[in-house]
Amino acid sequence: MTTASSSPSRRTDAAPGHGIDRSQPITITFGGQKYDAFAGDSLASALIAGGNLQTANSMYLDRPRGILAAGVEEPNGLVTVKARSEDDIDETMLPVTSVEATDGLEAFYVSGQGALDPTPDPALYDRKHMHADVLIVGAGPAGLAAARAALQGEARVVLIDKENRPGGSLLSSRTAQIDGTDGAQWAADTIAELSENPDFTYLSRTTAFGNYDSNYVIALQYRTDHLEPKHREGVSRQRVWHIRADQVVLAPGAMERPIVFSTNDRPGVMLAGAARTYTNRYGALPGQKIAVFTTNDSAYEAALDLHAAGAEIVALVDSREKASEAATAAAERTGAELSLSSAVIGTNASVMGDRLAAVSISELDADGALTGETRTVDADLLAVSGGFSPTVHLHTHRQGTTTWNTEIAGFVPNDDVTGEHCAGALTGDFSTQGALDTGTRAGAAALAAAAANAGFDPGSGSGDAKAPSAQVADEAPLCGAEVKPLWLVPSATGSTDDSFVDLQRDQAVSDIERAYGAGMTNIEHIKRYTSIGTANDQGKTSGVNAMAVLAHMIGEEDLGAVGVSGYRPPFTALPFAALAGRERGDLFDPARVTAIQPWHLEAGCEFEDVGQWKRPWFFAKDGEDMHQAVQRESKAVRDSVGYMDGTTLGKIEIRGQDAAEFVNRFYTNGFKLLKVGKGRYGVMCGVDGMIMDDGVTMRIADDRFLMTTTSSGAAAVFDWLEEWHQTEWPELDVTLTSVTEQYSTITVAGPKSRDVIAKVAPGLDVSNEAFAFMEFQDAELSNGVPARICRISFSGELSFEINVDAFYGLSAWKLVEEAGAEFDITPYGTETMHVLRAEKGLIIVGQDTDGTVTPDDAGLGWAVSTKKKHFIGKRSLEREDSQRPDRKQLVSVMSVDKKTVLPEGAQLIAKDADPTPKKGSVQDPVTPSNGQVHSYGFVTSSYMSPNLGRPFGLALIESGREREGEIMKSLVNGELVEVEIGPLCLFDPEGKRRDG
Amino acid sequence: MLLIDCPHCGPRDEIEFSYGGEAHVVYPEDPSVLNDAEWGRYLFYRENPKGDFAERWIHSGGCRKWFNAIRNTATYEFKGTYAMGEKAPTIKEGDAK
Repeated sequence: MTTASSSPSRRTDAAPGHGIDRSQPITITFGGQKYDAFAGDSLASALIAGGNLQTANSMYLDRPRGILAAGVEEPNGLVTVKARSEDDIDETMLPVTSVEATDGLEAFYVSGQGALDPTPDPALYDRKHMHADVLIVGAGPAGLAAARAALQGEARVVLIDKENRPGGSLLSSRTAQIDGTDGAQWAADTIAELSENPDFTYLSRTTAFGNYDSNYVIALQYRTDHLEPKHREGVSRQRVWHIRADQVVLAPGAMERPIVFSTNDRPGVMLAGAARTYTNRYGALPGQKIAVFTTNDSAYEAALDLHAAGAEIVALVDSREKASEAATAAAERTGAELSLSSAVIGTNASVMGDRLAAVSISELDADGALTGETRTVDADLLAVSGGFSPTVHLHTHRQGTTTWNTEIAGFVPNDDVTGEHCAGALTGDFSTQGALDTGTRAGAAALAAAAANAGFDPGSGSGDAKAPSAQVADEAPLCGAEVKPLWLVPSATGSTDDSFVDLQRDQAVSDIERAYGAGMTNIEHIKRYTSIGTANDQGKTSGVNAMAVLAHMIGEEDLGAVGVSGYRPPFTALPFAALAGRERGDLFDPARVTAIQPWHLEAGCEFEDVGQWKRPWFFAKDGEDMHQAVQRESKAVRDSVGYMDGTTLGKIEIRGQDAAEFVNRFYTNGFKLLKVGKGRYGVMCGVDGMIMDDGVTMRIADDRFLMTTTSSGAAAVFDWLEEWHQTEWPELDVTLTSVTEQYSTITVAGPKSRDVIAKVAPGLDVSNEAFAFMEFQDAELSNGVPARICRISFSGELSFEINVDAFYGLSAWKLVEEAGAEFDITPYGTETMHVLRAEKGLIIVGQDTDGTVTPDDAGLGWAVSTKKKHFIGKRSLEREDSQRPDRKQLVSVMSVDKKTVLPEGAQLIAKDADPTPKKGSVQDPVTPSNGQVHSYGFVTSSYMSPNLGRPFGLALIESGREREGEIMKSLVNGELVEVEIGPLCLFDPEGKRRDG
Repeated sequence: MLLIDCPHCGPRDEIEFSYGGEAHVVYPEDPSVLNDAEWGRYLFYRENPKGDFAERWIHSGGCRKWFNAIRNTATYEFKGTYAMGEKAPTIKEGDAK
């Protein structure tokens, strides 16, 4: 590793250096080499000041490349920035032009592909919401003028800008004066002045990356990378701003386009505006012998600036036939030869390296063909300007349309987005005075509209704000004279393989020709066929050129008709970490836990996620695996007693004079006559007659019901009830309240559960006569806690559910634990619950049903009332299709070998399905490669049952109930397994155990 | 992110709301008198215009009330919102809020 800078300094005091602080020298290390820089430098400007503009070679063709641009549009220079401190990580794929140089920074180039640092990123990222009357994007002359005009009366104005300091194009100007003050200084003064108003917010280093409906702009702010490490602590590194604005002023500027010619990708070929920015903003001269190649006047301003900063201008190459005023003046003052109707048709490197050493210049005839002698001029930099594309991205994010403006050869936004005002170069007016004028008008218009919408006094500034006045010597805005775009410079050799359009994707004109040859004439197809515009830079410098090359091929003269492929957010690449913000780790998704959670944690149980709930899955003892634990738990419940945390069961209280009528309309069975003190199992269908939820609903009082739902369906059922109440039956007197989290529910199940309950609630008569199945009783627990105890069973066993105020959930659980100790009471989780209910053929909605299953399909025909005149879904159940005898019906399935646990989802095929069918065979094949395989159904639940002594499952099978006793086949891990179809309920079908 | 004017709470971000499909599709008073085709039409058929559309929304993350809205399905622009049971406001063609 070299330590001393080996390159000569290209820093010049003959340029203003608006963006750097010469009193603050810093050092960076790039590619192992040290570079002297100044605070305010970008990595790119520091490298250029060090005489080095070559980047990594291109990704696909391994061609030498150099820095092309000075902003976010840079296609070639991508870097990895090393961790800035001990508790930081490496970041990669950052444009070299977008990274601010800070003292001690280490970085290196990557070739179109970076490696993610696997170290966890400890930095904070956050999000903030903000409301603005007027949001202005871009702090160049247009944005600043807009802010001045809009910040009146009570208006809250927010100005965001991606740069580290305000000024935009003024920072790249040598001579601009605004109202008699140096342009960059005017920008800083304007921000200082506006910032005295508390209604003004200026966010620097903040890129608006997305513009959404109703003026919702999302922006990414870099908050700490430029700070010394000690100032970073406790500050979020990046912040995503969500800004809702009444009015938006877009003043994002324009981006310069390169020109497509042979070997236009050589290091040393740079956008003219970028060369000017490096010179004036950073005081870094990108070349010493500079050739200029342009289609418009703007490059002459660059030529004069580079010349003033000490560079020699060796050639001025202009596509236009006539010398404009600016061209003549530049030729005179720089002493360079001006070639009109000409183009640079090729570049050469020196024998010593990759960098540009000479350019070849040829004249063009009226048809654009090469003519005359080609001459070669020595140059170490070629400043090119193919014209400017207004940065319409944010406008088009809102489906705003654009029009091709032939005068500037670029797309400009149409005025078709509500509450949006465009200003500055975006409008196609590239002059500084134009920016100030359009900015002032946009700001005033935005203020007036915002004031009218919000009803505040716009103050004195509304409508008649006076624009600041610009004086810019040598300004040669592109729109000042004719523009003659050169979309495709002919190549001397005829080959277009090295006439590059998209530098990052290494796509040349020949690639577009290939796409065209393959029949593609639409720019969206070309984009996808060639990959132009799909790299990290999203084609900011290639989009319009690709379109124009295509237009040339298809002979379309109206470029607007060809169009560019759509711009979508984000405008610039952004880190996922910033989007994730604080929502990482534990905060990724809220976890709901029950009051009994501390006990579960201590018991070391495994949890299962059910919706957002953490439910105990199984409680492994002494090194048991899941299978062993579940077998033990399942057997314990059937042999003695088990207990389970059932808190997550959804609970909805329904109150009001019409509560009974209301509940009755949802369930397929009757609830109007349900007696107080009793509960009933109910199935709920959608309007389509398919099962949507089930559960037990209890009548607490005449006008009060407690409905229980599945754990994962609670919110949906609550919404469903609300929807019908609000939209169809508002006349019913009912009030709905979710009380899921207000109660803790403990299920005590098994033959010994009655003994346990008797001890837990000593005052309660637990006999079968006094406390029947599907009844509930209010009781006091032995610790004095009031409880509602229900006789409900989801296991087929004698079973009780204790409901207590959630505050007492944990103590009630411990009470059950103590009382059950003598019966060796066993805690069980959801997996055992699943086994037990499946042995009984009880469904779990969403596991055994999928939105195509009617109650009858699920073996719940008994729960569908034939007497009720109406319930939701009834009419659909009467449809012919709902009654087809060959519908899939839920039945049990058992592997004949008594060993194989069928995988859930396994398909059931015909018993005589033939794995090796002969031609003409009438049997079903087994694999689709031998023909169509008929699937009769599939397994929905499958377990090993210790109580049946064999594996079993539930399955939805065509005419399943008719097939009881039939053998079918299933392909399990490549083996054909015989499966017997059985009745839905396999365990205790007479239900003798329910009453203990 | 749409800004939706809840008739009960005022303008709020779209993420606070859920969509409820076409508005004014009345549940048949007596489904049993409908034939399968008529019932199927109620159950499965909805308008899908390009342009103004009356649709249902619920302010799920707010007052939890259902309401109706007229929204342009091509531009997403809300032309107006109104509470359940209220009549739809008259919207002139191209009438922007």
